[in-house]
Amino acid sequence: MNKIMQSTIKIILVLLFFFPILWIALSSLKLQSELFTFPLSLLPENPTLENYRSAFKTGNFLLYFKNTTIVAVVSTTITILINTMSGYALSKYIFKGRDTIFFIMIATLMIPLQVILVPIFILEKNLGMLNTLMGIIIPPAATPTGIFLARQYMMTIPNSLIEAARIDGGSEWFIFQRIILPLSKPIIATLAIFSFMWRWNDFLWPFIVIAKQKKYTLQLALANFVGQYDVDWSKLLSMTVISIIPLVIVFLMFQKYFIKGMTSGGVKF
Amino acid sequence: MANRKKGASSFHQTRAPLFFLAPNLLIFFIFIIIPAVSGLRMSFYEWSILGGHSFTGISNYQALIGDAMFWKTLGNTLRFVLFVVPLLTASALCIALLVSAEDSSNGLFRGFYYLPTMLSFVIVGITWRWILGDEIGVLNYIIKQTGGESVQWLTLPAMATTSLIFISVWAQTGFYMVMFVGGLQAIPESLFDAASIDGASKWQTFTKIKLPMIRPTMLVVVVLATINSFKAFELIFVLTKGGPGTATKFLVQSIYQVAFEEDRMGYASSMAVILMLVIGVLTMLQFKLNKEYSNE
Repeated sequence: MNKIMQSTIKIILVLLFFFPILWIALSSLKLQSELFTFPLSLLPENPTLENYRSAFKTGNFLLYFKNTTIVAVVSTTITILINTMSGYALSKYIFKGRDTIFFIMIATLMIPLQVILVPIFILEKNLGMLNTLMGIIIPPAATPTGIFLARQYMMTIPNSLIEAARIDGGSEWFIFQRIILPLSKPIIATLAIFSFMWRWNDFLWPFIVIAKQKKYTLQLALANFVGQYDVDWSKLLSMTVISIIPLVIVFLMFQKYFIKGMTSGGVKF
Repeated sequence: MANRKKGASSFHQTRAPLFFLAPNLLIFFIFIIIPAVSGLRMSFYEWSILGGHSFTGISNYQALIGDAMFWKTLGNTLRFVLFVVPLLTASALCIALLVSAEDSSNGLFRGFYYLPTMLSFVIVGITWRWILGDEIGVLNYIIKQTGGESVQWLTLPAMATTSLIFISVWAQTGFYMVMFVGGLQAIPESLFDAASIDGASKWQTFTKIKLPMIRPTMLVVVVLATINSFKAFELIFVLTKGGPGTATKFLVQSIYQVAFEEDRMGYASSMAVILMLVIGVLTMLQFKLNKEYSNE
């Protein structure tokens, strides 16, 4: 295959993967009247933010945005803390049952929420976590993938650094906090992106746990909105774009670490 | 003090690592292990969220055998997985081969291909409903402009499944592409040098060097793609709601409806146990096949 053909394929693929997203974004700038008039045009004739204004004024949209932000930020913070702690324990200590614990943790990947949604619902009901944000923050915060990534990365940190700190009398927690965490920035950034993305995009947990509109997350609200018979597309499109923006910001913020974290043992299984 | 001294000479410790592991283990135990065990138990009960429960032995499982809806949704799920996994693996690998080299533009291309992966399935669903809509969709508009007939992408049974498969592949290719790129980049350069000295063709380089070297990545991709395809729920919920009729109704949706709309939690649990078993057996099979191949 020659170079020109390769480049052509690459560009066609860009259209395939990017055009649908671009189309949503461009459509969201069209007024309702233009949205459904033919002939369709790629670029909006009179670009307007009117749809965005009305989206923010719609019912509880801001509240859903706030709920989602709380869930994603708090859950990501917890995930980073407890997954790096586990990764540290599994990579830098030798103790009985270590490999078994690691295996069990990774094996929980095999039990997706989809197959335990009934008992999860009953459990959360008994714990009084139904219709609370805590009910969708805590349970998914412990992620096998995060533990795996953290462990793989921390194995590359030289033991001598830890030994030196021990000789200086540093406590185990001090070593974790002052030596391990700062050295693990790339993997923490990777974990931050993934975790934020998972929680921001999560649908199934809120779908099971949250029934009260006041506790809706964006995904739940969007799914509800598109489920109606008469979809208000101009509003829906702008809501969709708004709910993508935070992801893009987080991705751009951590992107340079992300590449490093993914290549340093992250993807090598 | 004594404790610290011991720590200084070795990493043999129990208390500190257990302390570090505790929060994660606790959450896993409460929110995965306990529900998994209680789900298994519930599958032997008639269990209503309103009216209590009673032990019924294996009667839930016996009822499954004669349940047409169960077989229909299990069949739909299996067919979906059977198409999505190979298509997804192949498209991710082909694209990875195209952009794995580190040159000035490939990073940018990878970024574009990765974008859909960042969207939630709800948003993927909304996006494609907007594009594939019968009347308002831009795709049908283009087809009509060029003289064709509009297609009922999501409302015709046969078409809806095809659309779902395509959209699932579209939404996830980027993720698996990144994994393949990682695998391809990890192949030592010297192997390619040796191959080119021996006058290997591009195709030979692919089948004799690249493919064998990325087999571990391939295994992970296939296993993850399989598990994820069985879990498909959101996309279908937003795009077709399982319709038209039950053409795209999958097992997970069935479990949800039986549990929460019909309040037959025990029966739903027995369906979940079967789903769990299917996923588990398939995963083990994939690992075994991989092992047999590498022993050859």
